[in-house]
Amino acid sequence: MSDYVPSIGLEVHVQLKTRTKMFCACPAHEEGTPNVAVCPVCLGLPGALPTMNREAIRKTVKVGLMIGSEISLRSTFDRKNYFYPDMPKNFQISQQAAPLCIGGSVEIEVGGQKKTIRVNHIHQEEDAAKITHLENSSEIDYNRASTPLMELVTEPDMSSPDEAIAFLTALKEMLVYAGISDCNLELGHVRCDVNSSVRPAGTDKLGVKCEIKNMNTFKGIHRALEYELERQMETLRAGGKLTQETRRWDDVAGVTLPMRSKEYAHDYRYFPEPDLPPVTLDAATVEAWRAELPELPAAKRARFIRDYGLPEYDAGVLTADPAIAGYFEATAQKSQNFKAVSNWVMGELLRALGEKGETIADAKIAPEALAALIALVDAKTINMPAAKEVFQILFDRGGEPAAIVKEKGLAQVSDTGAIDGFAEQAIAANEKVAAEFRGGKEAALMFLVGQVMKLSRGKANPQLAADALRRKLQG
Amino acid sequence: MSAPLHELGFLEAADALAQKTVSSAELTAALLDRSEKLEPALNSLTWFDREAALAQARAADAARAAGDARPFLGVPIAIKDLLNVKGQPCTAGSNILKGYVAPYDATVIARLRAAGCVFVSRTNTDEFAMGGSTETSAYGPTRNPWDVARVPGGSSGGSAAAVAARLAPAALASDTGGSIRQPAAFCGVTGFKPTYGRVPRYGCTAFASSLDQVGPISRSVEDAAAVYQLIAGLDPRDSTTSPRPVEDVLPAVRAARDLKGLKLGLPKEYFVEGLDPEIEQLTRAAVDQCRALGAEIVDVELPHSRYGIACYYILAPAEASANLARYDGVRYGFRAEAGDLQEMYEQTRARGFGAEVKRRVILGTYVLSSGFHDAYYLRAQKVRTLIRGDFERAFARCDAILGPVTPTPAFRVGEKTSDPVQMYLGDVFTVNVNLAGICGLSVPCGFTAAGLPAGLHVVGPAFREDLALKIGAAYQHATEWHRKRPVDPQGGRP
Amino acid sequence: MAMKFSENADRMDARYVAGLARMALSDAEAAQLQGQLDDILAFIGELKQLDVSGVEATDVATEARNAWREDVPEAGLARDVALANAPLARHEQFAVPKVIE
Ligand SMILES: [Zn+2]
Repeated sequence: MSDYVPSIGLEVHVQLKTRTKMFCACPAHEEGTPNVAVCPVCLGLPGALPTMNREAIRKTVKVGLMIGSEISLRSTFDRKNYFYPDMPKNFQISQQAAPLCIGGSVEIEVGGQKKTIRVNHIHQEEDAAKITHLENSSEIDYNRASTPLMELVTEPDMSSPDEAIAFLTALKEMLVYAGISDCNLELGHVRCDVNSSVRPAGTDKLGVKCEIKNMNTFKGIHRALEYELERQMETLRAGGKLTQETRRWDDVAGVTLPMRSKEYAHDYRYFPEPDLPPVTLDAATVEAWRAELPELPAAKRARFIRDYGLPEYDAGVLTADPAIAGYFEATAQKSQNFKAVSNWVMGELLRALGEKGETIADAKIAPEALAALIALVDAKTINMPAAKEVFQILFDRGGEPAAIVKEKGLAQVSDTGAIDGFAEQAIAANEKVAAEFRGGKEAALMFLVGQVMKLSRGKANPQLAADALRRKLQG
Repeated sequence: MSAPLHELGFLEAADALAQKTVSSAELTAALLDRSEKLEPALNSLTWFDREAALAQARAADAARAAGDARPFLGVPIAIKDLLNVKGQPCTAGSNILKGYVAPYDATVIARLRAAGCVFVSRTNTDEFAMGGSTETSAYGPTRNPWDVARVPGGSSGGSAAAVAARLAPAALASDTGGSIRQPAAFCGVTGFKPTYGRVPRYGCTAFASSLDQVGPISRSVEDAAAVYQLIAGLDPRDSTTSPRPVEDVLPAVRAARDLKGLKLGLPKEYFVEGLDPEIEQLTRAAVDQCRALGAEIVDVELPHSRYGIACYYILAPAEASANLARYDGVRYGFRAEAGDLQEMYEQTRARGFGAEVKRRVILGTYVLSSGFHDAYYLRAQKVRTLIRGDFERAFARCDAILGPVTPTPAFRVGEKTSDPVQMYLGDVFTVNVNLAGICGLSVPCGFTAAGLPAGLHVVGPAFREDLALKIGAAYQHATEWHRKRPVDPQGGRP
Repeated sequence: MAMKFSENADRMDARYVAGLARMALSDAEAAQLQGQLDDILAFIGELKQLDVSGVEATDVATEARNAWREDVPEAGLARDVALANAPLARHEQFAVPKVIE
C-alpha cells in the first residue's frame, strides 16, 4: 500500500532498581529534596574514584539472559567524553568496546502477527544529574547522577510505530517481572532514543537515519514516530533529501524539530576507563544468576493455558502481574476447579483490590480460603450470592469460609420439604404472577424464584426452588 | 638532644616522640618556624596553617600522655598539594581550584591520620602534576635547596625541596612519569614510587589514572619504607588497588647490609648519548658500590625503552584530557563569569589552566579524537605492551634493575620552559617504570662538580617493593650521600 | 638547540581541538601552542616507526578484577558541605549560567 518502508531501531535506557548508585554508595532513586544523595564520587570532586555496584551488573546480565544474549565473560568500561553540567565529570562511564551482553531478541505480536526484534547489545552505564532550566540560569541536582542505567540497543527491525510500542511493552513487562526496574515512566525510569529511516519499497538498503532523542512516554514515541516517518516519506516524495540528524519531539506542537547541531557533539573520544578493572564473570556465576530468573510472562501464559486449561484471555490477565499469577497458582494447587479460581481472581479479587487501592500482598484472604470457598460453591453448600458475601468477609478480615458460612447461617437450603413450603407461600402471595406463568409467560417464574429466595433469606438452592414452583404451578 | 629538631627523620622523630624526648607540638613548631624562615627563598609550600597543625600536634601529645602508643603518633609529614585533606585547600598547583576546600580525606591521608601523623604543610607541585620542574605551578616555581637558581625537579618538587631543606621529616608525593624519583634525585633525597595498584589513589587529584601512584619522599630508604607501609594496601574506594597483603618490610629494610645473592641488571639502553657524563660516572660508581656489596651485575636489554617518552606523552595527556574535564566552574573552584554556559566553560578553563596544562589537554584531546585515535592512542597502548614485555624479560634475568634517574642534574629555572619537548626528554629513565606499572626507588648517589645531587634508580618487579627497598637500604648503609644536606639558602628569591 | 619536527607533523588545528576541550585561546596563545604542539606531535609520531601488528593493547593497568561493591548505601556528603564549594548555589542546587542549545 505504501511506496516506502520504515525501519525503526530503539536505544532504551532503563534505570535499574538498586539501593545504591552505579559507581558510588549513595542511595539511588532519591527523589524530591535536591542534593541530599551526593558524595565526592557523584559530584566529580578532584581525586574521587568510581566503584562498581555488583547488583547493577547482576541485573543487567539477567536482562541479557532473559532475551538470549551472549554474556561477555570479560567486559570493560569506557569513558564517553562530552561537556554538559548534568555530567559531573564531563564524561560518562559507559561501555563501548566490550559491553556486558551481546545480541539477543524479543518477541512481539502486533495484529495477530508474531515478529522477532533483534537486540544488538546491552551495556551498563550511569545516569546524568537533573538539570532545571530557568530563564537566565540552570540549576542542578546531583541526586540522580550515577544512578545505574542499562542501555539496550535494538537492530532497526521494527517497521511501524505499533511495533515499536509492542517492543517497549514486552520489554517493560519482562523488566518489571524480573524485578530489574520499576519502569515507572513518570519518574523517568525508561527513556528512549528513537532511530528511524524509510526506504523505497522493494529495496534493501536502509535510508538516512534520524534520531529522536530522549523520549519518555510510549504515547509520545508513537506520535513522534507517526509524525517523523510521514515527514521523511513526504520529503522523499517531494524529491527532497534527508540528512542524518538528531531531532527532538515537541509534544505540544506535535512535531519533531532538528536540534541545533552542537559543533562538537559527535566526537565522544571513547577510551578505556582506567579507574575500573574489567568485569570478569565465570560460567558458574552466570548460571547461578540464570537460575534466579523468574518464568517470563510469555512462558507463564503458555503454561497456564496448558496446565490449567484456561482460555488465552484468562492466562493473559492472570500473568500480567507476577504476584497475581503467584496467587492464582497457590489457590489452584488447593482446588479442583481451575476455571473457577481464575474467575474469582480476575473478578472479585481484582475488583476488591482495585476498590481498596491495595495490592495482592495486602490481601487478607488466603489462597487456601479462596479454594475452600470455591469447594463450598461446587458442593452446592452455598449459592453464589452467599459465596460473594463470604468472599467479602474473607477479603476484609480473613478467616475460614466454612466457619463464616456457619456463623452467618448462609448454608444453602436443599431440603425439598422446606422449599416446597416456601414455594406454596410464594404462589399464594402472588396469585397474579402465578396466573401469568400458567398463561405461558415463562419469565414470571423468575419472579417467583426470587420470592422463594427472599422467604428463605437467600439460602434456598435456586434450582430446587424453580423445580418446586414448576411442579406446583403445572401440577 | 644536640641536633636541632628539624634534623630528625621520620623514624627518628617517631623514636624521639616515643621516648618523650620531644613533643609533637615542639617538633611541629620547629618545622613551621623553619618553613617561615626558608620559604621566601624556596617556595616549596603552597599552604600551611600554624594553628591547625599545632592543634593536631597537641592532640597527639595529649593522646600519648593518655597512653596512646601508636608508633607514628605525632610525627609531622608534608603533603603534596594534590592530595585531599579534609578541611584544607587542595589546588593541585592550579588557579582553577582556587577556593576549593577538600570535604574529604584521600585514603592515604585517612591512613596517616589513623596512624596519628600531623599534616604540617602542603607542598608545591607542577600544575596537576604536569611538569618536571615545579615551574608550571600557579604559585610560581619552587627552588632547589642545593642551588636556588635551579629547579627542584617535578612534579613533586615541593615535597623534595621541603624534605631536603628539612621543612618536614618526610612528604607524600605522587609519580606519574617520574614525579617522585626525578625531584628526589635533583634534591638529594630518597623517593619511592610503589607498584601501580599498591597505594590507593582515592583522593589523589588525578593526572593520568593508569600511571599515577602515590609514594613517599624522605631522607632515607628506611623512612620511605615506613611511610610506604602506612599508606599501602587494598582500598575498597580504589578499584585498581591489588588485594595482595602488604608484608612488613621494615625489619628487613633496617637490617639490610649487603646485596649478596642478588642479580642486578644494567640496561645498555640507559647509557647512551644524551646522558650527562657526570651523571653517568656517578651512576657507574654506584653500580660498582652495589657490586662491592655482593651483587652480581648482569647486562639486560630494554629494547623499546626509547619509545617510552612518546608513548607516555600520548597516553598520559589522553587520560588527563578526561580527568581534567571536571574543572568547569560548575561545582567548585574558579568560575569565570559569563553570559551563557559555553562561554563560562571556555573562559573558566582558559583562565583557570596554565600553559602546560592547556598543551597537554589539547594534545590528549587530539590523540583521542575521531580519525586520530587509532594512529596515536591505540598505537601507544600497544607500545605500552611492548615496554611491559621488555621488563618481564629483563626480570627473568635479574632481581632488580639499576640505572640513572635523570639524564642531567638539576637545570636552571626557566631553562626549558619554552621548549616542551626538551623538558619531556628529561623523563627518559623514569616513564617506562610507570608504563610497566612496576616500582622504582631513587636514592642519592653523589654530587656533580657543581655540587648538584644525582640519583641511583633501583627498579623492582611489580609488588617487589621489599626488594627495591632492601637494595636501596643496603646501598645507603654503605654510603653517606643521603646524609648530606644543603646549606640553608639565605634571604628571598634570587 | 630545540629540535624542530614540524615538517612531518600531522595537521592539527590547536584552536579547534581546544574547542573540543572547552578552552578559549587568544590569538597569541593559539599561535604559540600550535608551534609547540606540532613539535610534540612530530616527536610522538616516532611511534609510527614501530611495527605493532599483532601486539595487544594494554587497556588495563591493574591486576585487580571485579573490584565491586555490594549494594549497601553509605552516607555521602551533607548538602551544605557539598554546596559550600559551589561558585553559585540557588535553591539548594548548583547554579550555572543559562544553557543556549
Ligand atoms: Zn555518590
